[in-house]
Amino acid sequence: MINSPQPLLKVRDVKKYFPIKSGLLRKTMANVKAVEGVSIDVLEGETLGVVGESGCGKSTFGRTILGLEPLTEGTIQFKGQEIGGLSDRKLKKFKKEMQMIFQDPYASLNPRQRIGDSLEEAYIIHTSLKKAERQARVRELLKEVGLKGEHYERYPHEFSGGQRQRIGIARAIALNPSFIVCDEAVSALDVSVQAQIISLLKKLQQSHQLTYLFISHDLGVVRHTCDRVLVMYLGATAELAPADELYKNPLHPYTKALLSAIPRPVPGKKRERVHLKGDLPNPANYPTGCPFHTRCPIGTEECREKRPDWREVKEGHYVACHKVSL
Amino acid sequence: MASGVISPANTSVKQPKKERMLFQTFKRLCKNKLAVFGMIVIAFQILLAIFAPWIAQYDPVVQNLSKAQLGPGAEGHFLGTDNYGRDMFARLVYGARISLIVGITSVTLGLLGGLFLGLISGYYRKLDGVIMRFVDLLFAFPGILLAMLIIAMLGTSLVNVVIAISIWSIPTCARIVRGSVLSVKKQEYVVAMKSLGASDLRIIMKHILPNCTAPIIVFATMRMATAILSTAALSFLGLGAQPPTPEWGAMIAAGQDFMWTAPHMTVIPGIAIMLVVFAFNVVGDGLRDALDPNMELDT
Repeated sequence: MINSPQPLLKVRDVKKYFPIKSGLLRKTMANVKAVEGVSIDVLEGETLGVVGESGCGKSTFGRTILGLEPLTEGTIQFKGQEIGGLSDRKLKKFKKEMQMIFQDPYASLNPRQRIGDSLEEAYIIHTSLKKAERQARVRELLKEVGLKGEHYERYPHEFSGGQRQRIGIARAIALNPSFIVCDEAVSALDVSVQAQIISLLKKLQQSHQLTYLFISHDLGVVRHTCDRVLVMYLGATAELAPADELYKNPLHPYTKALLSAIPRPVPGKKRERVHLKGDLPNPANYPTGCPFHTRCPIGTEECREKRPDWREVKEGHYVACHKVSL
Repeated sequence: MASGVISPANTSVKQPKKERMLFQTFKRLCKNKLAVFGMIVIAFQILLAIFAPWIAQYDPVVQNLSKAQLGPGAEGHFLGTDNYGRDMFARLVYGARISLIVGITSVTLGLLGGLFLGLISGYYRKLDGVIMRFVDLLFAFPGILLAMLIIAMLGTSLVNVVIAISIWSIPTCARIVRGSVLSVKKQEYVVAMKSLGASDLRIIMKHILPNCTAPIIVFATMRMATAILSTAALSFLGLGAQPPTPEWGAMIAAGQDFMWTAPHMTVIPGIAIMLVVFAFNVVGDGLRDALDPNMELDT
């Protein structure tokens, strides 16, 4: 990528397979190909959106980057250092730098722990601060995400979904990371709370110089929050472009279909809807050639046999499709 | 959740939340009539066990052959005497102490072993297969037979009964713990701790174990009943407490020769065993409902 900020994270050919084992000897019968060759750069300070339908490997991709799932193949470089396939111990110093915000605010907090104690864990694990200092930091953290210091004493079930998500955010920024994976961070919240959480995320991005990988299936939210958007289909990258460019000028037939499904608030103004045939193929039985050829409205023989290259068709606009030419 | 939004009036009140949760569970338990009955019986047994020397007017082991086989109520012996003239009430009270101690120690030991195996096999998938096959092996023996086998190897004594029963409790406990660990392990808060870089020990002890307590508490309570019953059974067979120890099972065994002349010698300890075992079972059952995680949220 020319004339652009430094890539914070360089992901090359990342693959994540989940083996299906069966039989007495637990032989691997097949692989569920959750992530099948993703290569992207995440630039410093940007918000990179990742969209795609359920089961397309967005979340697995996010978790794999953070080392929560062992990498099957490929390389991940964070600030120039290889972190793919590191042992948990070696990964520990990077964990300070890379954090995650989870989807379900009701499941992401230990119900038996007070909020303060939950947040304190980060400092216990990574710093040698004394108890009083840790508590002071946690109280500050709570204020920073729009809660009160006295919420320290409370248990998760006493909070609403939005408040819990704030706590989840507080936990993610506790160690001053530079990179945060937001895995469907606002999907479980209702719309008004979504807006609050998004503006909080934006505020924190400014004050902490954060880079976000924003995983979502909500195309509307992604358009408003993200600088660039990556479209994934069946574990592979379909298209990557700056948000405005992608929404105005989608090139990949899958992106077109996806965008045509966004509900429009304007009555009477009909949009041409692209309907896809069939279902998402089984990732355990991965299609040959282009992963999208089974459902593609413009697919040909070539698509069935040859996997399309990931190529830059316009500046900053990448697409994986044989049929796109510019 | 009653309400998500925290009202200002609520904000300033600081309550010890852990105690409140315990209290809530207790309150729910009290709605169950049978469980209340069970708790009263257990409380009664505990009191008897603690204050045995003050409650019993006679020594439970000193013989007085001139007063053998007195019926209940006769000559100041509230529940009569046995074939050696020992006060039945005193023996019953001291027996309560023994069955409680044996129950608690064997369940605790079994729980420790089961927790250890269950936590490890649930958390580390690689060790899971090996540990669960070992547990299967223990499961393959019928419980009382396993206990008898262990006692046959170690010799007959109450201590060995404790050891036998705790070993017998390990596989069931390990399975229960493993099951809860497997479900808790997938929770997002555990994944969050992993992404913070927390050590396995920390995750297991602070985040997984506290969230598996409900089934463990229920198991322990129910197991108390089994342990007490098994102690009595083993002692009845002469494998546990040896005479003149006032153990309930041993008392029944001693009384069976006098079933027709002095039925109270078998009936009284029999009723005691039945009551206590029933009590622990109903309390366990009640706890299972009271600790239901779905009910925990309606505070």
